[in-house]
Amino acid sequence: MKYLCLVYSNEQTLHSLPESPRDEECLAYSEAVRESGRMIAAEALESVQTATTVRMRNGKLSITDGPFAETKEQLAGFYLVDARDLNEAIQIAGQIPAARVGSIEVRPVRTLNVPQQLRQA
Amino acid sequence: MNPEQSGPLPAVVEAIYRAQSRRVLATLIRLLGDFDLAEEALQDAFIAAVEQWPRAGVPENPRAWLVSVGRFKAIDNLRRRARFNASLAQMAMALDDRLDAQQMDQDGLEDDRLRLIFTCCHPALTPDAQVALTLREVCDLTTEEIARAFLVTTPTVAQRIVRAKNKIRDARIPYEVPAAAELPERLEAVLRVVYLVFNEGYFASSGDALTRSELSNEAIRLGRLLVEQLPEPEAMGLLALMLLHESRRPARTTAQGEPVLLDEQDRGLWNRALIAEGEALVEQALRSRRFGPYSLQAAIAALHAEAPSAAATDWAQIVGLYDVLVRATGSPVVELNRAMAVAMCDGPDAGLTLVNALLARGELTDYHLAYSARADLSRRLGRLDEARAAYGKALELAQQGPDRQFLERRLRELSA
Repeated sequence: MKYLCLVYSNEQTLHSLPESPRDEECLAYSEAVRESGRMIAAEALESVQTATTVRMRNGKLSITDGPFAETKEQLAGFYLVDARDLNEAIQIAGQIPAARVGSIEVRPVRTLNVPQQLRQA
Repeated sequence: MNPEQSGPLPAVVEAIYRAQSRRVLATLIRLLGDFDLAEEALQDAFIAAVEQWPRAGVPENPRAWLVSVGRFKAIDNLRRRARFNASLAQMAMALDDRLDAQQMDQDGLEDDRLRLIFTCCHPALTPDAQVALTLREVCDLTTEEIARAFLVTTPTVAQRIVRAKNKIRDARIPYEVPAAAELPERLEAVLRVVYLVFNEGYFASSGDALTRSELSNEAIRLGRLLVEQLPEPEAMGLLALMLLHESRRPARTTAQGEPVLLDEQDRGLWNRALIAEGEALVEQALRSRRFGPYSLQAAIAALHAEAPSAAATDWAQIVGLYDVLVRATGSPVVELNRAMAVAMCDGPDAGLTLVNALLARGELTDYHLAYSARADLSRRLGRLDEARAAYGKALELAQQGPDRQFLERRLRELSA
């Protein structure tokens, strides 16, 4: 059985409270899960201000700034893709079949801000 | 030393800044891949020019010189800061490699301005940010000027620009003219921004008149740049539309700033040179057979421009063009304009029937010009009570001072 664990948080306080996790701690935990053999993929995301929403309606691609705000829509799946830039990511997202009825939020993955030697090669 | 540039040096540098700084910036953004780094490099390059040109003379190709100095200054700056941050050192090295591999031919340099427009007008940025970023980066308007033109505060504009630049960097919005498959939709977004800038300068009547005509001129400059670099029919159509509107600027307001309707304008005041340029572009766009809404609107504007008076206008052809435009856009505002053309062609009765049907559909019930149209047609038919009621409703909805003055005057005339 595969599980997707989605991290929800108030962006304003994610990094600023005394108990907020530091990137080193996040990296260490993901390494621990990886070593346990149960990791498929884990990433941190850039701020929601970098989000772009893509929809395909009647064969026409619609691109808008920001995360989707439809409260009637729920998370139904995810793709973790490696694209050259946002334009390529948008093209890939636009072809996801669910883009014809739902919205695809495209968010860049954030590189954890930890010294080089702590990261895996 | 270039013998043609023998004026006092600061003036030469200033002239080159005015003519070339945006092109140099566009190229530096491509080479450095970062807006802020490029802006800093542009400043450094011009500082170097002021220092070096008096001794060494103005270089043969100032633009290439500025780009070259700017990029090396940027690498120097990164190296200096790299002592404190290891990732900057890698960035400086990668940049050095990349720059060596890059050609700087004339064609490439011209494309950079187009790349910059497409990046600034990327649909992944909010529409407000697209406009602010285009005016700041492509047109070199200051943040204060943009704020004044759009009646928002300077910090608001500054924040929009900073957020947009951050998103371009963090989400990696590429610095390129889109591929052929994406071009129609992306060009649509660019044209929308240009037309929005123009309209802000032309139709909104609040704010300083000088700032506004400046804004329209910037939009026309952008339109020319697009047509020059990317001669697509709709780019021509938009430029034609802006030129034909602009040709009427001297006639469209009274000395007191009140709007003068098209049929009451002194056509002797229309700028014939702009009309001729606009008409030539419309013809070229229509001949392509790949035209869209901008070309159609420009074709309608051209028929007005050719007519010696409102009565002698080819209204039947205008109605025909509106038919196509309604089909292309599905816009109720276009339908309203069509109804007014029908009124000129077949009489106010026919026009009023269409306006009333539109309002009955409930689509334009918040739009003051729909009531103003109903009022005007009722007045022409002698139905004065209906006219008064509709002018009153239009006045309730109108925001702009001059529009209100005009409606109030009409109401007074009806009561007299």
